[in-house]
Amino acid sequence: MSTRHILLGLLAGGPSHGYDLKRRHDERFPQARPLAYGQVYTTLQRLVRDGLAEVDGTGSDGGPERTAYRSTVDGSRELARWAGEIAPPAPFVTNEIFAKVVVSILADGDPEAYLRAQRAAHMERMRELTAVKTAKGSDLATVLSADYALNHLDADLRWMATTAARLTTLTAEVDTA
Amino acid sequence: MSNQGDTSVPLLAARDLAKTHGRTRALSGASAELRAGEILAVTGTSGSGKSTLLHCLAGIVRPDEGTVTYAGERLDELSEKRLSELRRTEFGVVFQFGQLIPELRAVDNVALPLLLAGASRTDARATAGEWLERFGVRGQGESRPGELSGGQSQRVALARALVTAPRIVFADEPTGALDSLASEQVMTALVGTAREAGTAVLLITHDAQVAAYADREIRLTDGTVATAGVAA
Repeated sequence: MSTRHILLGLLAGGPSHGYDLKRRHDERFPQARPLAYGQVYTTLQRLVRDGLAEVDGTGSDGGPERTAYRSTVDGSRELARWAGEIAPPAPFVTNEIFAKVVVSILADGDPEAYLRAQRAAHMERMRELTAVKTAKGSDLATVLSADYALNHLDADLRWMATTAARLTTLTAEVDTA
Repeated sequence: MSNQGDTSVPLLAARDLAKTHGRTRALSGASAELRAGEILAVTGTSGSGKSTLLHCLAGIVRPDEGTVTYAGERLDELSEKRLSELRRTEFGVVFQFGQLIPELRAVDNVALPLLLAGASRTDARATAGEWLERFGVRGQGESRPGELSGGQSQRVALARALVTAPRIVFADEPTGALDSLASEQVMTALVGTAREAGTAVLLITHDAQVAAYADREIRLTDGTVATAGVAA
């Protein structure tokens, strides 16, 4: 996730200061890791350095003095470029679960038992996410964020079911390689 | 005999069930327990014995071997008359395709179990209307099943399954024919209403995202229970 582009996006609606940007980020992306204040200010300084944002002014509103930032024309252009950029589909990788299945076969372990235990762990996480998204008062951003995670965990589960059904063949292949 | 409220004693328990259909062995020593108010998902691939387990647990078919105990009564030994009574008063059943009666309006489909139990038509329709409201389909009460979407049909079927305030609802792939949004609406309605009413649900599904609405999962492989998940 590109923090600089997220901040540019939050600045698209008008000038804002670091504290407010952090608060809006954490509200808008409830399932993401909350931004650290230090990260917000460092990123804002880099945006200014790169000409993508500039200082709008300072004010205190009765509290500590705060610097407000606004996006520049270059910042808006960069944001539009990033927002339209296609995210690369996940590469074809040897994932950790697959590696553990193969290692289990090599070491005369019980890959079927491992897949069952992994499924139970995935299901537990899916129950937690389902509880989050169906809780009273959950906003749509929370629901969609939970759905994203649920669909990915579900894809893992389907892959694990297929792998479990093919363990005999895989074991023969690994043992003869 | 009743154990309502005592969640340490299973409301429904199956021990070492075996069932053969023709030459196909559907269950081979399957055991499962359902506690009062619990939502239990039974998952597994096609042909793993999920539906046969549900049919045995709901007293729809008798197992060849093993026992099924409901609130202290051996279902596998009960008379057809007593089983029929239990299915009418204590159990609710929903299938993949709601199996609503096409000639009846939605509200009359939901009222039917109450009429069979002796309620007046006016009372039955009023109660049915309240249940349609709970499932968000009161506006479709006067529609016939053919005029409803898949998701609406299933919510009407759920209302019909719950209208008699059963202790257990058996749901066999209730979202199997629905898209993901309709499926989410049906599951949210089922789980929310069951929890509110303290009704236990035995949910058969091949879909992990549907199973994730349950408190616990058991997974069937070749007619036996492969995994018992821990309650979240």
